[in-house]
Amino acid sequence: MKTTMLRICLALSCSLPAAATLAGPLKVGIAAEPYPPFSIKQSSGQWSGFEVELVQRICQEIKEKCQITEVAWDGIIPSLNSKKIDVIFNSMSITPEREKVIAFSKPYYYTDAEYVAPKASKLTLTPEGLKGKVIGVQSSTVNADYIKKRYGQVASIKYYNTQDELNADMAAGRVDVMLLDALAASDFLKSKDGAALESKGMAPRDPIFGPGVGAGLRKSDVVLKRKFDDAILKLRQDGSFNAIQKKYFKVDISVK
Amino acid sequence: MNFEWLGEYGRMMVLGVMTTLQLLLIAGTLGFALAVLVGFGRLSRQPFIAWLSLSFTNLIRGTPLLVQIYVMYYGVGSLFVSFPLLRDSWLWPYLREGFWYVALALTLSVAGYVGEVIKGGLRGVPKGELEAARALGMPRLLMIRRIWLPRAIFILLPTLAGESVMLLKSTALASTVAVMDALGVANLIRNQTFLTYEPLLVMALIYLLLAMLIERLFKRLEMRLPVRNAF
Repeated sequence: MKTTMLRICLALSCSLPAAATLAGPLKVGIAAEPYPPFSIKQSSGQWSGFEVELVQRICQEIKEKCQITEVAWDGIIPSLNSKKIDVIFNSMSITPEREKVIAFSKPYYYTDAEYVAPKASKLTLTPEGLKGKVIGVQSSTVNADYIKKRYGQVASIKYYNTQDELNADMAAGRVDVMLLDALAASDFLKSKDGAALESKGMAPRDPIFGPGVGAGLRKSDVVLKRKFDDAILKLRQDGSFNAIQKKYFKVDISVK
Repeated sequence: MNFEWLGEYGRMMVLGVMTTLQLLLIAGTLGFALAVLVGFGRLSRQPFIAWLSLSFTNLIRGTPLLVQIYVMYYGVGSLFVSFPLLRDSWLWPYLREGFWYVALALTLSVAGYVGEVIKGGLRGVPKGELEAARALGMPRLLMIRRIWLPRAIFILLPTLAGESVMLLKSTALASTVAVMDALGVANLIRNQTFLTYEPLLVMALIYLLLAMLIERLFKRLEMRLPVRNAF
C-alpha cells in the first residue's frame, strides 16, 4: 500500500502542496436520511439530487476529488470540526449561531419557510391563533429557531431529528401545524401522506432565517472557503447553476 | 468543556428527568404486575394459558425494543388517525402523545423479561414450604399471596434490581419518537448549542445517579427480613 502510494507520488513528481491533495478526497458530509429533491439515495446506494449534483459540479470547478459521506444530521457540525468530514453541503442555513462554530461559503440557494397543516383545520398564524397548539419543527434548523422565538411562549413545540419523522407525525395528526422548507413542503404535499394537508402560507422574511444556505467549512480551511466562494459565484454567473436547478425545481431558488 | 448552558436549559433538564422517571415508574409497576401474571401463566397446567404466556415472552424477548416502540407509535398510533370519532374525542390528546406509546411498549417489555424471571423465582421456592401450607389446609390463592409469591420475590430481589436498571436505560429510547425525556433534552441542547459532549456527559451522570439510587433502594429491601404476612 505504502509503496504504491510512493510510486504514484513519484510518477506525479509531486511537490508538497500536491501531496496535501493526495491525502484523500474531499469528504462532503450529508445527512444519512434523504432530503428530496436535495439529496436522494438511489436503491444502488448512490446519492443524487440537486445538492449532490451541485457539489459535484463545484468539485469539478475547484479540481478536487469529492466523496459523499453520510453522517447524522444532528451531529453534522461536530463531525466537521472533528474532521470526519471536510464540507457540509446539506441545505444548512447560514446563521450567526452556527457562524460562531464553523465558517460558511457564500450562499448557494435561498428558499422560504412554509406552514403546513391539515386542510380541515383553520389556523391563524399569530401567537394568539396558535395558542396551545402543537407545532412541529426539525431541530437545529432556522425554522426551529424562528418558531421558538415567535411561538415558544404560547404553543408547545415538538422537535424532530429528521423531517421524515416530522412528516410522519404530521400525517398522523400528532402535530397541529409544522414549519418547513417550502420546497420540501411542496414535495411532501404531493405525496400520499400529504394528501390531507395543505399549505397555510409562507413565514414572513425574518433576520432569523439568515441570508440562505451555504456550504459549511472549518474555520481553519480558509483556502477551501475561498475556492468554494469563487466556484459558487462562477456557477451562478455562467448559467450552470440555473441549468442544474431547472432539472429539479419549477421555481427559482438562486440567491439574488 | 463548556457548561454555560446549564443555567438556560436547567428547567428543561429537570422536566426531561421527570419524564424519564414517570416512564420508569409507570412501566415498572404495571409491567411488574403483568409479569407476575405471565410468570404464573408459564407454570400453568392449562395448556392454552401456558402456550399463551410462552408465546408472549418469545415475542417480546425475540424482537428489539426499538422495533416494538416504532410498531406501536408509527403503526398502531397512525391507525387511530383514520377514525374521526376518536380524533375529536377527549382521548386524542393522550393518543397523539408519543409518551403513552413508549410507556406501553416498555410495560410489555418488562412483562416479558421479568415474567420469565419470576417464573424462575417461583420454581426456586422450596417445595417443602408449599407442601406445608397445603398440609395446613391453606387455600391456593392465600398460599400464593402469603408464601409463594413473597418468597419468590425475595429470592429475586437482586435480579429485579438489575432489571430495573435495565428499564431505566431503556427509557432513553423514548427520545426516538420525539418524547422529551432526559436524553431527548440532551439532544436538543446539543442541537441548539452545537456542543458535542457536555450535555451527554451531564445526562450520563444523571442516569448513573438514578441507577445507583435504584440499586440502593433494592439493597434496603434485601436487608429487611422476609415479611410475615404483608399481603
